[in-house]
Amino acid sequence: MAERSFAKEVQKLKQGDGDTFSGEGILAITKALLENGVGYVGGYQGSPISHLMDVLADAQDILGELGVRFEASASEATATAMLAASVHYPIRGAVTYKSVVGTNVASDALSNLASGGVTGGALIIVGEDYGEGSSIMQERTYAFAMKSQVWMLDPRPNLPSIVAAVGDGFELSEASNTPVMLQMGIRSCHVHGSFAASDNRRPDMTVSQALESPRRDLERIVLPPATYLHEAEKLTKRKPAAERFILERGLNERFGQPSGKVGLIIQGGTYNTVIRALNRLGLADLYGDTDLDILCLNCVYPLVDSQILDFCEGKDAVLIVEEGHPNYIEQQIGHMLYKAGKRVTLEGKGMLPMGGEYTGQVMLQGLGAFLTAHAPELMPVAAVAKNEEPVVIPDLSEVLPARPPGFCTGCPERPIFAATKLVEQELGEHHISSDIGCHLFSIMPPFDLGATTMGYGLGPASASAFHNEDPHGRRSISFVGDGGFWHNGLTSSVGNAVFNKSDNVIVIVDNFYAAATGGQDILSSRADNKTKQTQNSIVEACQGMGVKWIRQIDRTYDVTKVRDTLKEALTTQVAGPKVIVASSECMLNRQRREKPLLAKATKEGKRTVRPRFGVDEDICTGDHACMRLSGCPSLSVKDTGDPLRDDPVAAIDQTCVGCGNCGEVADAAVLCPSFYQAEIVSNPTPREGRKARRTQKIIDWLQHRRDAKRVVFA
Amino acid sequence: MNIQDTSIAARRSPSSDGEKIITLAALAVGGQGGGVLTNWITAVAEANGYRAQSTSVAGVAQRTGATIYYVEMCRDTGRMPVFALSPAEGDVDILIASELMEGGRAIMRGFVTPGRTTLIASTHRIPAVAEKTVPGDGRADGHKVIEAMGIAADHTVAFDMEALAKSAGSMISSSLLGGLAGSGALPFPKQSYEDVIRASGRGVEASLRAFNDAFDCATGKRQPPQPEVVTKQIETLHVPARHQAQWGQLQARLAALPAPVQDMAALGLTKVVDYQDLAYGTQYLDMVESLATMDSAPFAMTVAAAKYCARALCYDDILRVADIKTRASRMSRVRDEVVVGDDQVLMVTEYFHPRFEEFTTTLPRWLGKRLQKSQRLDAFYTRHLDKGRRIRTDRLRGFLMLWAVSALRPWRRALLRHDTEMAHVDGWFATVTDVARKDRALAAELLANYRLIKGYSDTHVRGHSKFARIMQALPILQGRPDAADWMRRLRTAALADESGAQLDGALATVRSFAGETA
Repeated sequence: MAERSFAKEVQKLKQGDGDTFSGEGILAITKALLENGVGYVGGYQGSPISHLMDVLADAQDILGELGVRFEASASEATATAMLAASVHYPIRGAVTYKSVVGTNVASDALSNLASGGVTGGALIIVGEDYGEGSSIMQERTYAFAMKSQVWMLDPRPNLPSIVAAVGDGFELSEASNTPVMLQMGIRSCHVHGSFAASDNRRPDMTVSQALESPRRDLERIVLPPATYLHEAEKLTKRKPAAERFILERGLNERFGQPSGKVGLIIQGGTYNTVIRALNRLGLADLYGDTDLDILCLNCVYPLVDSQILDFCEGKDAVLIVEEGHPNYIEQQIGHMLYKAGKRVTLEGKGMLPMGGEYTGQVMLQGLGAFLTAHAPELMPVAAVAKNEEPVVIPDLSEVLPARPPGFCTGCPERPIFAATKLVEQELGEHHISSDIGCHLFSIMPPFDLGATTMGYGLGPASASAFHNEDPHGRRSISFVGDGGFWHNGLTSSVGNAVFNKSDNVIVIVDNFYAAATGGQDILSSRADNKTKQTQNSIVEACQGMGVKWIRQIDRTYDVTKVRDTLKEALTTQVAGPKVIVASSECMLNRQRREKPLLAKATKEGKRTVRPRFGVDEDICTGDHACMRLSGCPSLSVKDTGDPLRDDPVAAIDQTCVGCGNCGEVADAAVLCPSFYQAEIVSNPTPREGRKARRTQKIIDWLQHRRDAKRVVFA
Repeated sequence: MNIQDTSIAARRSPSSDGEKIITLAALAVGGQGGGVLTNWITAVAEANGYRAQSTSVAGVAQRTGATIYYVEMCRDTGRMPVFALSPAEGDVDILIASELMEGGRAIMRGFVTPGRTTLIASTHRIPAVAEKTVPGDGRADGHKVIEAMGIAADHTVAFDMEALAKSAGSMISSSLLGGLAGSGALPFPKQSYEDVIRASGRGVEASLRAFNDAFDCATGKRQPPQPEVVTKQIETLHVPARHQAQWGQLQARLAALPAPVQDMAALGLTKVVDYQDLAYGTQYLDMVESLATMDSAPFAMTVAAAKYCARALCYDDILRVADIKTRASRMSRVRDEVVVGDDQVLMVTEYFHPRFEEFTTTLPRWLGKRLQKSQRLDAFYTRHLDKGRRIRTDRLRGFLMLWAVSALRPWRRALLRHDTEMAHVDGWFATVTDVARKDRALAAELLANYRLIKGYSDTHVRGHSKFARIMQALPILQGRPDAADWMRRLRTAALADESGAQLDGALATVRSFAGETA
């Protein structure tokens, strides 16, 4: 069960001719796939395309009616390999994943797929996680398109253009027998807009039909000597066919006056930012009408030489707006112009920054610089000379605290890292390898744990060089989530550690979901899933891999137990990798599941218990040691208002879910007795109520008796 | 610093038909309902015949970090405007910040432009992790941000929208929307906002209340919630009849103290008397009076003495914890805090972890000292008894256990812990008295150094060690005109981090100007 329910959105997928579809960019793509007769869809979740997977998962009934097969692939490599169904059969297929990391994982399959080529349209929707808000390294997917010779679309970021790109992508793929990548930026994925819907189309051939009449074409199989044929075919047949299609179908758009002496060649994805910058320079209106000549590349690879040269003809200078590094497009265009003996001045990186997101301000500066240099007469006076008196705004950089992401309230991973910190306090610091997932927040304060992160499921693998010759010496600790474990970790990390007789410690953080990407089900999820087989044991998988020392912890909030188990793993003399599977459900998903049930049961008069934590402010001394082992959003500081005290004390707010971490940490780290756990029982049993009242009476009497004899605050 | 650099600060140009795009950015902290707010704003715009586009970086991977939502809108003329997908520096018409520091961040990022931007900000604080983990008070100074808002924004609507939403039983997204509507920055009637809230379906009444309250605050019709000045609940001291005479004597001594000292000393006196007994109050007043005789107006040193002597005397031992946990006033505070209805039952579990040290120091001095020397007993305790204890104080058994411990109060002076504490207090106070003869400002700082001693077990030990290290700097500082200032700086450094790294640096500086090598 994903974090968000898309039941409402799924209904929109049923819309047809005459309807207006409105929603997020990523939903528009989902709808466009169905309108284009897709036969199967797969992918691996990850920002910014998680919602695409979630919507499809929630839309299985509709997909079933249309004869569309949907798979939540085990990895991006699996997803890309799935496109093999379009190699021999005229079935349209689409897969989606986060790029560039997903494309990295997929690249083996991508090379094979691209080499043999496809018959049915094969679309790879890559969610380009680049720029502000990105959670990954900053690289470009473009290199994959170039090296594997697959085509790449980068449509203008509005829903009609994005939807059109899906259809164009399938047709381009079929016309050139080549897989096509559709690149979507983070904000395009999440942009809200609308487009005119069409009827959904059943695939011309379903995957079931394909199975009933298998086909096989030796020339499409990646094995010499066919591979040599493929290489030649890419250059002599597929690329020219793609170029023809791009020109004939007008995939790339031209705006402004063709007669202009300067021009811009831009990636479709940057169009809105370019227009806004031109608008601010007084060179475009708010509808995008402009005199400046613009070639908007909705297909960024391949580039069609004739189109580029045509555009540059008669111009003094051209600016390439290409986000990210290296500047592949600029290099190609430079090469074209040089070979053709053109003398037009080519600008790009330099006027614009070498790397980083091209934000509004960056674009404004870049276009301003280009026009000032090559068409100063176009630059409005106002933009060049600043009339506004600069206002001196106080510098707040010393005041503002950073606000990095961290574990949610009640997160079951928090106690694991609290325990790790306690182990380090006892046994000293260790080399810690981190992995991809929520648990990576351990890198941030207050835990500050983890030295490297090398990829999804590769946490333990990235500690594999560290082998201590001294069996009593320190071992490395590596973390991997349940998501990473099933994605890649079982073989690349655990299997590798077993095979190479690693002596290190592996902690598998099992929160029942691929949580960081939105709570998708995975093999070891505990929930029943109608279309997936869940409840597969991580422990048994590890044992199957040959792990001998393995411990299962069923409640990560037991900090003492986690700490002691970790200590044992770091000190035991048993050979081979030491694996700890620390399991507790992701609190975000658990609350989403349980809260309505609890409210309903309470309303129905059933006995329910709601736990919460609190702090006795008179006992708390304001040292905040508890927060250095927590970082929970619901545990904060507050003033006491007592003139006798200087420091703010700990306080727990209403958002507390009563996970128990505070008390457990205070216990394990022997911090202080100021925490208490309150459990509020609604609809108590009559006996329970009577007993509570009786006890309270005795307590009242005792309190009264004690207070009567002494000087005390009443 | 001047944030407006030499870069181009061009403004958006309207279309030939005079239409303009309005840009709105919202900076929120994860979990504040920024998505709901953006959806509402978009819906209001569309209901008023505008085209609108919203974007965000979804909170999926962001969790509790800062997130930006962005909306652009323009009157619908039949043509689709080209909307930008993210806010640009100097190009934001309306900036909504759902927390004070996020408002400051928006200013630093150039999203608040003089003469252009309407800033709608909630002034409440959500401390970041880095602010919370400081052993002292690590909270950032919000005044500078509020000051900057006034300078950077064209028009500012800033008040505690969180408190307002809470009192209306709603979420901050509702009050932010009210602030936006009330600011008049968007050309939409109030009614259309209310309609959108009604259409959203969940918690409508509470949302409308928060929306309207915030609207009224923004338009000046209503006084915004004032920053809550936290004052300690004034507790009345219950003095049994047979103690009245003695208590009267103490009151008389209190009244004889210099006027500036009396408030603090009154608090201190009640604290120590509540902690132990009237004789303890006498001991406390002896200390305060002895310093008062050496002090003169404005009696800053004596005020510090009144504050920190009370703290020093009321050390945190098991007796005190057991006493507090079993008081009627505490029980009712817990019920308030966790919100328990009359028809509900409250179960309360206390988390204790008494170690061998706590066990032995709670014994009579002779016995405690002897047991402390027994390594076998230490080992036995550590192996079998050193573990967390969960005590249910809503049950008779658990309550009686703590009640019994609290009943040891009359014998506290005979316990080992009291011995150690008093030895430390006496040493500290003797030093203070000695220094007070020559440098009263320095003596006041030495008194304030007791702030470092806090916490339980290891935290307590760490506090003691920091205290001791600071006090070691005394011989170097004594006699210098800036001694008090340096002592204060050392204490601030000691409170800045857990490890004492900053204190090391500060001590090294002190040693260097004393000509000593570190």
